[in-house]
Amino acid sequence: MPKAQSVRPLAIPAISTRLLLTAAGVVIVLLALAYLVAFDQGALSRSGMYMHELMHDGRHLLGVPCH
Amino acid sequence: MPLTPSFGRILLAGLLAGVLAGLLAGTFAYFAGEPRIDAAIAIEQQNALAHGEAGADDELVSRDTQKHVGLLLATSLYGLAMGGILATAYTLLRRRLRTGSDSRAAIGLAGAALTGVILVPFLKYPPNPPAVGDPATIDQRTISYLAVLILGLVAIWAGVLAARTQTQEWRRATAGLAGFLIVVAIAYVLLPTINEVPDNFPAVLLWKFRIASLGTQTILWTVLGLAFAGLLNRQAVSDTAQRIAAKS
Repeated sequence: MPKAQSVRPLAIPAISTRLLLTAAGVVIVLLALAYLVAFDQGALSRSGMYMHELMHDGRHLLGVPCH
Repeated sequence: MPLTPSFGRILLAGLLAGVLAGLLAGTFAYFAGEPRIDAAIAIEQQNALAHGEAGADDELVSRDTQKHVGLLLATSLYGLAMGGILATAYTLLRRRLRTGSDSRAAIGLAGAALTGVILVPFLKYPPNPPAVGDPATIDQRTISYLAVLILGLVAIWAGVLAARTQTQEWRRATAGLAGFLIVVAIAYVLLPTINEVPDNFPAVLLWKFRIASLGTQTILWTVLGLAFAGLLNRQAVSDTAQRIAAKS
């Protein structure tokens, strides 16, 4: 096990078009997920209001305007 | 398209840290927030009865499911999303964060998000329990909330840019704070004021709900930042060990 001071910073991938496209795709999917929790009323989840009602309390406590 | 190997690893660390943060925040929300939501819903139903409306309408999801499964599902999915976004921001911004320490970079980013996405919106549009808020204005309130959230991030960015114009430590701190506060002040003045708290809603209940909400969000971002930094450090330690093993 190497000592703390000898641990090198983690290698970061070089910024490339491919990385940027991948990152954009990931962020879009994750924003859609956050939208599902915070704002969706069935338009995205296709579950009517079920998901909206299920996560009602979480939305209030995460500070999102609810109703 | 396969992920760049090292981005995938960082992303996985962020997602994992996010679920952990969401579960812990949800646990806190259950104990600190649920009693307030129950109390507010009781007031909401009293009000509905007083106006001659049907009290308990047919519930799509029972209160019990909302309080347990629903709450934890919401906070962990939200944590997962925020963890992945934090990891992506870390990957793209790491070189621009002028520190040799990965932990400082990770915790700094999470702290910036906590300030910009949570604290700045909280002070302008504090969260409301059930029975507070006019359903007719929900679209306008949602747009204002998203606007203050984006402006919170812009304020952080302005603070960083302002700090970097200076070299001495105290000047950097002063310039950074000033840049941040100027943007926040402009945002607060320009965005509409919203107050839809009914006159008869108990002040103590409102306060306790808002503190529970702030606690939930603070725990989420604090645990996320610390766990993400910890997981990155594990990866760096294992990489270094491999490098040493390869040399010998």
